[in-house]
Amino acid sequence: MTTDHQFKRKIKIATTSLAGCFGCHMSFLDMDERLADLLKQVELDRSPLTDIKHCGPCDIGLIEGGVCNAENVQVLREFRAHCATLVAVGACAINGGVPAMRNYFNVQECLEEVYLRGSGITNPQIPNDPELPLLLDKVYPVSEVVHIDYFLPGCPPSADAFLQLLQPLLAGQKPVVSPSRLHYD
Amino acid sequence: MIAGTNTIYIDGQEIPFTPGQTVMDAALAASVYIPHLCHYPGLPPSGNCRLCMVETGGRNVAACIAQAAAGQEIRNNTPELNAARMAITQMLFVEGNHICPSCEKTGNCKLQAMAYHLGMLDQHFSQFYQHRDIDASHPDIALDRSRCILCDLCVRASRDIDRKNVFAIAGRGIDAHLIVNSASGKLADTPIAATDLAATICPVGAILIKEQGYRVPIGQRIYDRRTICETGLQEHIAQQRRDQ
Amino acid sequence: METREHLLHRLQAIQRQFRHIPPQAMQQAATDYQLPLSQVAAVVAFYSFFSTQPRGRFDILFSNCTSCGYLVEGENLLQILCRQLQTVPGKTRADDLVSIDETSCIGMCDHGASMLVNGIPITGLNLEKLARIAQRVTDAIPVQHWPVEWFAIVDTVHRRDLLLAKHPVPGSALRQAFSQGAGETLAIIRRSGLRGRGGAGFDTGKKWQLSRDTSGNTRYVVCNADEGEPGTFKDRLLLHEYAEELFEGMTLCAFIIGATQGFIYLRGEYRYLLPQLQSALKRRRSRGLLGARILKQRNFDFDIAIVVGAGAYICGEESALIESLEGKPGIPRIRPPFPVTHGYLGQPTVVNNVETFIAAAHITVHGADWFKAAGTTASAGTKILSVSGDCGKPGIYEYPFGVTIRQVLDDCAAVAAQAVQIGGPSGALLGPAAFDRTLAFDDVSTGGSVLVFGQQHDLLTIHRNFARFFAHESCGFCTPCRVGTQLLQNTLDNIAAGRGATADIEELQQLGKIVQRQSHCGLGHTAANHVLDSLRQFPQVFPNRMRSPFTARFDLDQALASTRRITRQNDAAAHLDQHK
Repeated sequence: MTTDHQFKRKIKIATTSLAGCFGCHMSFLDMDERLADLLKQVELDRSPLTDIKHCGPCDIGLIEGGVCNAENVQVLREFRAHCATLVAVGACAINGGVPAMRNYFNVQECLEEVYLRGSGITNPQIPNDPELPLLLDKVYPVSEVVHIDYFLPGCPPSADAFLQLLQPLLAGQKPVVSPSRLHYD
Repeated sequence: MIAGTNTIYIDGQEIPFTPGQTVMDAALAASVYIPHLCHYPGLPPSGNCRLCMVETGGRNVAACIAQAAAGQEIRNNTPELNAARMAITQMLFVEGNHICPSCEKTGNCKLQAMAYHLGMLDQHFSQFYQHRDIDASHPDIALDRSRCILCDLCVRASRDIDRKNVFAIAGRGIDAHLIVNSASGKLADTPIAATDLAATICPVGAILIKEQGYRVPIGQRIYDRRTICETGLQEHIAQQRRDQ
Repeated sequence: METREHLLHRLQAIQRQFRHIPPQAMQQAATDYQLPLSQVAAVVAFYSFFSTQPRGRFDILFSNCTSCGYLVEGENLLQILCRQLQTVPGKTRADDLVSIDETSCIGMCDHGASMLVNGIPITGLNLEKLARIAQRVTDAIPVQHWPVEWFAIVDTVHRRDLLLAKHPVPGSALRQAFSQGAGETLAIIRRSGLRGRGGAGFDTGKKWQLSRDTSGNTRYVVCNADEGEPGTFKDRLLLHEYAEELFEGMTLCAFIIGATQGFIYLRGEYRYLLPQLQSALKRRRSRGLLGARILKQRNFDFDIAIVVGAGAYICGEESALIESLEGKPGIPRIRPPFPVTHGYLGQPTVVNNVETFIAAAHITVHGADWFKAAGTTASAGTKILSVSGDCGKPGIYEYPFGVTIRQVLDDCAAVAAQAVQIGGPSGALLGPAAFDRTLAFDDVSTGGSVLVFGQQHDLLTIHRNFARFFAHESCGFCTPCRVGTQLLQNTLDNIAAGRGATADIEELQQLGKIVQRQSHCGLGHTAANHVLDSLRQFPQVFPNRMRSPFTARFDLDQALASTRRITRQNDAAAHLDQHK
């Protein structure tokens, strides 16, 4: 990203939620009226907020959630391929977060608990429809699958933290999270 | 005693010490913070976490176990040492399962607070995905070994203060783990009580008092209000016991 | 003398009898030794040769060192034997007949692939021998009925100098010391310039002087015979053929510092030497060279007990060794204070290497000048080397200090070595550019291990072997070593599996420095040496395997394997990166 570009066109941002809860996206929206200012500078590409299904070339990609299945891997790779700067946003993207609590069990135990032994199940069977993404053996941090440029911790990161990340990035600078704002929960 | 002879210098600051005192104790007494997790003033030092590594005479030594020596020049708050401390903190994070949003200790956890202090944004290393046993046998105390950082504080507290010898560390290398001193290996079969120092000294969420989790709202927890460099200067076993 | 059986020995007896340590035996030991049960459990968990699950009636441990390990010319002997005996590594076969696993170097490096069968070494393994072993196991023929020549361990000495050329007459050093007095004898040792032969090179006379000058109720002499550095086997020879000199040197030290009790801490892998060492001690007692009033000296009683370790490299670190002597897990102590003032049971304790005590005995007989005539100014005398790896004449070589690496390589018939590891995995990895350097305390210092790697060797394989060794042997006490050695292993394994990224070079460098600079003891301080050396001297070793700046840190396709199996899907869509 060069400063020249900055004035010529809007910065393109893509966002996604992998194995996450969309809480980071909700927190992003907590910017409220500041979103209006932000949208003067940026344009959203693929994102749950636009419903664009695939990434075009982007300046910044924001990844919420960890990597729990094959589809997550493909989406994450698509983002890495198209985004000049990729940011892992929130606890789940950074270390697996709450979904990673399934790592205490193996996949077989998880699937059996959910589809065979769980309460209120009729016709118990483990689904194997090819449409359903295959689960990885564990929930992984995104940084174990692709290179990540920046990390924004928090569960979720606050709207202020998002701004603190984005403002320098939009100006072509390296973002610095202030220690007082740093939290993992 | 001639004034000035019992003095060390930490990052250029003159710090008095009494003979036999460690660098850590001298620093803390002078309100100079040296990062530490496995040290708790009032308990014998162990030197296992290595957060308190300082540089003196071209070598790195653990401040909590190194004896202060007159005229010693010590480097503490340097970018290199803090980078090493960050790496060590990251090692502790990936070695266990430290999922802050789902841990009752969050906000009161020293590992987390240390990571804040050092500005840790990610864990850098790949996760180990450890599977360590949970012991929920005791009515008042829970033990989740996957969060244990092997700091040995509970071992020392139980042995030296509570005089109950409830804990020990067993196993070698990455297999090292906390064990419980009972035939069943379960906490319920030990004399530990929720008021024991060993039950409350855990810096992380490995040993937790049951039914206490999330009682303090976010914003009012220990490390919401203060940094570990502030709390770290004020801790002492005697104080901890009075607070109980 | 210790009257109660050593805790390690009690546990070893239980392990032999029950093939594991059952909970009730631990409980009984805790009661008998008045220890918390958790301490006994911690000891059991610490040492590799104890297990809490039953091992097989034939308990086979392959050495995994680069010289006496189970990888031989592309064959994996461990896997082959597992297949022949229909079992898997680390698991006892369902019928309890056999368990097969691996262990750190067992000190048979000059004899090729080697194993311990129920604690007894068998060397020179090949496919043919393996088949015969498998047959005997299958037929449940007790080990004592296996061909006796399988258990013969021949020590090949290619070069003898001061210490190996001639045996002094037993008692001659002591007689000399008694006639000239302890002070003068110590002065001679100090003048000789003798430095510790274990690798650290501390001035021996100074150590003895410090111990002698420290007040204490009692003093101890400890021989570190825990020769665990992969590639080292010279103590095997010394304990086997030069035990008299060792005992003499220890007794001499006791006379000088005023000790009445000595210990030999013998590595568990050398347990097979125990009977002959015990009978040699007995012989010395009957000759008045040990026990009460040695050689009729009125005020000099001294005896030696042997404590056998149970599989822990860290116990070669002197303070860990003392912890182990005290019946605890071998976790290195906080130093200072050093053992010389606060050692065994808190008393002044001299800990020296086998070779150091032997040298001291010789020096007392032949004088300081005799010793100083060999070697260099800063490194007096000779050094006994254990040479193995890709060379025509592996074995023991005794050289005056100051010998060049090139000379050693020529003498052992190493052809076109690409690298040599001096001092074992914790030592220095040196390439041909360094072959004119000398073995000496002020140049390349060594405890005696020389591992030769020919052109056919892949250095990455060596690094992985070493990294695995340190991760396995780390005591787990401090964070940088416990986690860092494992991270080093994982990173190297990733590179070997084709998941290396160019960023890993910097990663290895950073990680290596943290393990080296922040760890608690010598194991951590040296565990990354081989990687750091390689990055400096063989910069092509790692980058050659790296294609991109970043690759996934784990095998993605493998991570889908269990779900593929559970959902019975196996088409292309059920795979990631299948081309790998």
